Amino acid sequence: MSAREEILRRIDGIVPARPAADVAADYARVDRGYARRHHEDGVLDLLAERVADYRATVLRASEADLPRVIAERLAARPGAYGVPSGLPDEWLADVPAELVRDPAVADLDGLAGAVTGCAAAIAETGTIVLDHGAGQGPRALSLVPDYHLIIVRAAQVAPDVPEALERLDPSRPLTMVSGPSATSDIELSRVEGVHGPRTLEVVIAE
Amino acid sequence: MTSQNAMPTYLGMPSFPDAAREAVADARLRGNLAHATGTIRERRAAAVAELDDWEALRESGKQLKDHVLANLGHYLRRLEEKVTEAGGTVHWARDAAEANRIVADLVKATGETEVVKVKSMATQEIGLNEALAEEGIAAYETDLAELIVQLGHDRPSHILVPAIHRNRSDIRDIFRKEMPDAPADLTDAPADLAEAARRHLRAKFLSAKVAVSGVNFAVADTGTLVVLESEGNGRMCLTLPETLISVMGVEKIVPTMRDLEVFLQLLPRSSTAERMNPYTSAWTGVHPGDGPRDFHLVLLDNGRTDTLADEVGRQALRCIRCSACLNVCPVYERAGGHAYGSPYPGPIGAILSPQIRGIGSDVDASLPYASSLCGACFEACPVAIDIPEVLVHLRARAVEDGPRHPVERAAMTAAGWTLRSPARLALAQRAASASRRIVAPRGRIRRLPGPLNAWTETRDAPAPPKESFRAWWARTDGGRTDERTEEGQ
Repeated sequence: MSAREEILRRIDGIVPARPAADVAADYARVDRGYARRHHEDGVLDLLAERVADYRATVLRASEADLPRVIAERLAARPGAYGVPSGLPDEWLADVPAELVRDPAVADLDGLAGAVTGCAAAIAETGTIVLDHGAGQGPRALSLVPDYHLIIVRAAQVAPDVPEALERLDPSRPLTMVSGPSATSDIELSRVEGVHGPRTLEVVIAE
Repeated sequence: MTSQNAMPTYLGMPSFPDAAREAVADARLRGNLAHATGTIRERRAAAVAELDDWEALRESGKQLKDHVLANLGHYLRRLEEKVTEAGGTVHWARDAAEANRIVADLVKATGETEVVKVKSMATQEIGLNEALAEEGIAAYETDLAELIVQLGHDRPSHILVPAIHRNRSDIRDIFRKEMPDAPADLTDAPADLAEAARRHLRAKFLSAKVAVSGVNFAVADTGTLVVLESEGNGRMCLTLPETLISVMGVEKIVPTMRDLEVFLQLLPRSSTAERMNPYTSAWTGVHPGDGPRDFHLVLLDNGRTDTLADEVGRQALRCIRCSACLNVCPVYERAGGHAYGSPYPGPIGAILSPQIRGIGSDVDASLPYASSLCGACFEACPVAIDIPEVLVHLRARAVEDGPRHPVERAAMTAAGWTLRSPARLALAQRAASASRRIVAPRGRIRRLPGPLNAWTETRDAPAPPKESFRAWWARTDGGRTDERTEEGQ
């Protein structure tokens, strides 16, 4: 008997398989008495506060002001920046640094940083979700360089975890980012940056 | 199938009381542990207090996991179908040996002799690194704490913070001795130590062709796998290599993506006391142009179906490996993780290990007793596993199925003989009182004689009273004639 057959036979002998409709009916009865959200108002303020809590830098800008803010952030760190296709060209119009469009994975380690958009953000937890679609690049782009600048549009911000998950497409790869790379493995003192970007900056565009 | 030896007991591991006695005597270990668990307890309490619906989340988490366990065949078949549809390959493993064989063969098929690893309890449980080493494959742990443990030729002592028993100077010493590219002037500042690890592993990440991970959650409805981490080493392993092999216990399923809304709130706050861990990765099969080209999922039984068969004990399979129970446990705080003789330490280890491995050894028979039954673990558990209930249940099983000690049976027979006759009992009580001054000069007995020393291995026994209750009653007519003891006040 194959391992698959044997394991399933053992399981079916303990908890017998039932029609899918019965399983679905049981699933629907699971008690979901928890809150859909924990805060009603001030969602952008909450996101800014919660992201900053992770020792990330948070900036607020109007859509019109975005190019100037992005240019300033990148000017602070010399070097070339990786940018994914699909990121609006006008956002990068004022950037003085060298921009590498869709860099190869092999070249990522030499970059000063990466600039991406996102798919959603969760105010309550200070989390930004990438689904690596247009304007976000493949997963390696926001991982290997030591600096990551994310632009979050106000409309992308969900108040809490349940509403954010509803907006996401599970068939896409998803990366949830809450602050910079961090470890607490040494005497539980938090250190930013082990393997992922040590610096995370977030611009909330309103 | 038997689950005997399904999870290797650490070689030469003494049973819990022996291991704990040694650990309790180690002042530095106790200091490291008390600091760490005390800190994380406070932080966790604050993170949990932020959510006024915590108990409702906990109830949903419990019900969702119970629902999956009650319909496990349905959800496993569904998960297999969806992972396969998305371009992954699903493998099934009855036990540790079979899982290790599958992973080793998959690695060999790539022609590689190195793998990078994301911290994973499942692969520790099956002893994967050791099994790969026997096949000539080097496994590199990439989580900072696991790296410390691996370089220190040590064992993990905590589910979440495996090197919790090491302080910064220990870690600096290990890096200087075992990390060839560590700076000669490496300090013991946590930031410097983390930087050394970053440099040490970076080239490995960028060149690795094969990675091995565990899985926090598998979504049956979509075939999506989810890994939570902090450092980015997980993202490195999950996305940079060409081949990804993920090993998960069959119980790690949630029905739909929506259920992640419950567990993504419960897990980070319970484990690291954060609102959310820095990085969560979710992937569904393979994604052309982004991440591994080849994805394999190994579904591991290894004693889990035996655990499922026990209606009281099966709730241990709800565990989401947050380690909150370790941090609140007075026994863990003093004994440390190594004393539990298994990759799963603490209260959850005390109920999970004997069920996965079977109560066939002294270590496993002793684990259900490695608790004061204070109930703090149950209170802290985000999926409401009633650990004390399972401990008591397993104690009964340990007496029935565990290794039998002839002295225990002899003691019970003698007790029965004594208790059946009032005269014999009175005689025994007088003998006990008379021995008081000899065996317990300060009112405590440090070591009981013969087979009874099992009791005093971990505690002092009170001396027998000066006078038995029955003798006192007879002498004073139930306290009505003379309140003084026979020796006076």
